[in-house]
Amino acid sequence: MTAETLPPLSQGEVSEVRNVSPSALRQKMLEGLPAKTLRKRSKQIIENDPEKPPEIAANTRTIPGIITQRGCTYAGCKGVVMGPIPDILHLTHGPVGCGYYSWLTRRNLVKVPPGQPNFLQYCMTTDMQEDHIVFGGEKRLAEAIREAYRIFKPKAIAVYATCPVGLIGDDIHSVCKQAKEELGINVFGFSCEGYKGVSQSAGHHIANNGVFKHMVGLDDTPVEHPFKINILGEYNIGGDAWEIDALLRQCGIKVIATLSGDVTYDQIIRSHQADLNVVMCHRSINYMADMMEKKFGIPWIKINFLGAEATAKSLRKIATFFGDKALMERTEEVTAAGMALVRPVQAEMKAKHSGKKAALFVGGSRAHHYQHLFAEMGIETISAGYEFAHRDDYEGRRVLPNIKIDADSRNIEELEVEPDPVRFRPRISPEARAKLEAAGFSFSDYQGMMAEMKKRALVIDDISHYELETLIKTWKPDIIGSGIKDKFIIEKMGVPCKQLHSYDYGGPYAAFTGAVNFYQEIDRMLSSKVWNYVVPPWKKGTETQL
Amino acid sequence: MLDATPTQLELRNALVINPAKTCQPIGAMYAALGIHGCMPHSHGSQGCCAYHRSQLTRHFKEPVVATTSSFTEGASVFGGLANLQQALVNIFAIYNPDIVAIHTTCLSEVIGDDIPTIIKKSREEGLIPEGKVVIHANTPSFVGSNVTGFSNMCIAIVNYLAEQTGEPTEKINVFPGWLDPSDMREIKRLATELGVVITLCPDTSDVLDLPQTGIYEMYPRGGTPLADIRRMGDAPRTIALGKFTAHPAAEALLEKCGVPYNALDAPIGLANTDLFLDALRKAAGVEVPSSIEAERGRLLDAISDMGQYFYGVPVAIYGDPDVVLGILRFTLELGMEPKYVFTGATGKAFETRAAQLLEEHSTSALVKSQADLFELHQRIKGDPVQLLIGNSHGKHIARAENIPLVRAGFPILDRVGHRLFPMVGYRGAMRLLEQISNALLDFQDRTCPEEKFELVQ
Repeated sequence: MTAETLPPLSQGEVSEVRNVSPSALRQKMLEGLPAKTLRKRSKQIIENDPEKPPEIAANTRTIPGIITQRGCTYAGCKGVVMGPIPDILHLTHGPVGCGYYSWLTRRNLVKVPPGQPNFLQYCMTTDMQEDHIVFGGEKRLAEAIREAYRIFKPKAIAVYATCPVGLIGDDIHSVCKQAKEELGINVFGFSCEGYKGVSQSAGHHIANNGVFKHMVGLDDTPVEHPFKINILGEYNIGGDAWEIDALLRQCGIKVIATLSGDVTYDQIIRSHQADLNVVMCHRSINYMADMMEKKFGIPWIKINFLGAEATAKSLRKIATFFGDKALMERTEEVTAAGMALVRPVQAEMKAKHSGKKAALFVGGSRAHHYQHLFAEMGIETISAGYEFAHRDDYEGRRVLPNIKIDADSRNIEELEVEPDPVRFRPRISPEARAKLEAAGFSFSDYQGMMAEMKKRALVIDDISHYELETLIKTWKPDIIGSGIKDKFIIEKMGVPCKQLHSYDYGGPYAAFTGAVNFYQEIDRMLSSKVWNYVVPPWKKGTETQL
Repeated sequence: MLDATPTQLELRNALVINPAKTCQPIGAMYAALGIHGCMPHSHGSQGCCAYHRSQLTRHFKEPVVATTSSFTEGASVFGGLANLQQALVNIFAIYNPDIVAIHTTCLSEVIGDDIPTIIKKSREEGLIPEGKVVIHANTPSFVGSNVTGFSNMCIAIVNYLAEQTGEPTEKINVFPGWLDPSDMREIKRLATELGVVITLCPDTSDVLDLPQTGIYEMYPRGGTPLADIRRMGDAPRTIALGKFTAHPAAEALLEKCGVPYNALDAPIGLANTDLFLDALRKAAGVEVPSSIEAERGRLLDAISDMGQYFYGVPVAIYGDPDVVLGILRFTLELGMEPKYVFTGATGKAFETRAAQLLEEHSTSALVKSQADLFELHQRIKGDPVQLLIGNSHGKHIARAENIPLVRAGFPILDRVGHRLFPMVGYRGAMRLLEQISNALLDFQDRTCPEEKFELVQ
């Protein structure tokens, strides 16, 4: 990529903010760290070069004692990927905490049809006690599954293992297998003990494997539609998936399943019939995209519905894949209407906020995607980083062959996937694919965050509390996107913080209407007067006349 | 809403649905935040620390910092010594607290990490800087509940830090148990009003209810100072407010330093506040000032003014045991009819104390420990109540059954009042009374037939 062909987000350079250069800030963050910690962190705090993204250390262990944003494997599996499915009964095998904390705390909205159950309102746990730790918890798990079935009669039960379960050696998979035979419903387990892997990311992978093994492809009842896709890695926070679905429907595209946002068991088991997988959050679901391609021949493309331009581009990309003239025309109409909606608001926002600075530390794709929305308001992202992503999410998938597999990654099973003898069907002929590729269409690819960030912007993986505090004190961005644990630290320092996990209970922010919501929300936060009142009048020297 | 909940109760032996409790470590983390200059440290997988920090943050809308040993598979196999030692080095070098309060998790408990030995070894190896303090509590998640964890950390504070120097102090120890910062602040205000100097331990006011100043401080001015904690062994008396979250630490202090204690309930409602103030008065040899008597009188006046709206109203109370017992007593004072009194926590003591209070008021209720909200909902479906009092997890039942909910206890994830106003003391009772009467009257105003809609109440 040359400077002329760089995408608009990455044009220009972050040379200084408040008279401090990125390298000086980086130095400040590293100063005074214990030697071992310094060595590690210095590989995770990098000045960007969009033309030639430098290597960043990612998906490595968090150093003990560092205040990190990260959670655990269980959170990535049960909390993120599996948790949003409302008609599967989710049963946590372990002491009460893990099930309790993952009970309705991620904001995956669902609209359940009347008469259908919504098991997300129920936190189910085996609430292991000391006896079960000492003598084993398999019997209790088997009994809990039976009790859950008796009360709720679900079509499927998913079991999640927590830390002690792995250590004491409970075989949840054989318990599930027996229950499956006994009850005649689908019962499957996830060995997603919190200590596996280095972050939530391992849990995403384990969840992908489980969904693929135990659900995808179970129902061959044909889904009749000329243009059918799955959306992978969209979690319907604040209703994003609904916006995307509505837009695609207007274009004439059917979404079979959205993994995992407001999606049912029946949709997932039919999802192998799609013509195309579109990937929103690459980090959490690229495994599924690859496996579905290998087994069923479904190609995948990376898309992004956060940002109006990105939405338009993604819609066109999907329509181009199908190559249907009427579909492409409808897509142009939908896109034109969408852009007409956002443009006046963008202009108004740019007039107010151009030149302001944002920093984003969140997730495995959000820190990248949200840069589009901020840029559309004229706000520049001066620093960004993921909580649990891998090098490919920063530097692009081209680095995949060079990523060193460490002991922690080796722990996570890589499924051996073969083409399905009956159902493998390439969705696109090699010729058509080659033609598209020649025209610049990229399959199975993700360029990563760095290619779309400015030169010398600071990219920080798994940012620590100390680094965040240093960044705010030094650069004082106008707004920060982060999560619940950081939000009030940041706001105590007088900087508004938008939670990009929960959206602060707002949203949707995806697609065109979502973009408008987002601009307005950020406008509200940047226009807040609350920080102007911090100093009381008697300390301002503005004396009241008596 | 909760459409899959059948009215028919079925015996469950292994499955807990919608728990009315959570695990020990979060309580230990919260208690540790009530020591000045303290970094709570979670020895286990980093998910535990993330979950606890997130949940505490949602409840307080305040910064909640804590560190973790960030276990991966290696540590789980070989033990957490290396992780904890590296953590201590980083914590003191980067975050520089006065004290680190370590709590364990189910992971490190199953592995069997011996924390005192690790602390000792770390000190010998010079990993803990001179003058810095490290304490620990064992808080296995598969024993007890969040209140046990809080209590275990309070016991650890006493056992590690309290001393008997032989030099007497006038300061009375008050162990508040698991209350909100607003409640801790109110307890201190009452003591000040009485002219009694107390050591409140732990004390999360000015830690988790900070003013917006534009300045972030990792260790704000609040929290019980270490020097005061050390002197607790010299105090003439301890007043412990809550069977589950305060009495065990008072007992530990009695054993260690011989400080006698009064074992009271949380000062929620009229009688519980009376008992607290009376104990404090006696312990310090002071009189209750007229200003406090006037507060008491105003509460009593409000109870008598509004009595007709409370009388005989069936109510369900659920949550952590000390708070539930306090609220139970207050609802009895208001003339309400507690029907279900539920906690997820373990302990016959809860059932015994609740039964005592009910008997004193010549009434009865279904009292259960180790119960869950699914059962509570089923019971309510079978035999309804007019009011729910408990944490935010009851809001689904409230909506499903169209019953007003007064939020009290932990966690409150969706309302702001608990951060600003106390529930304890006479003033706290006034607020609770206002919340209860508003909930009942708002409900009546929204649902009553038009001919019964009243301007004046």
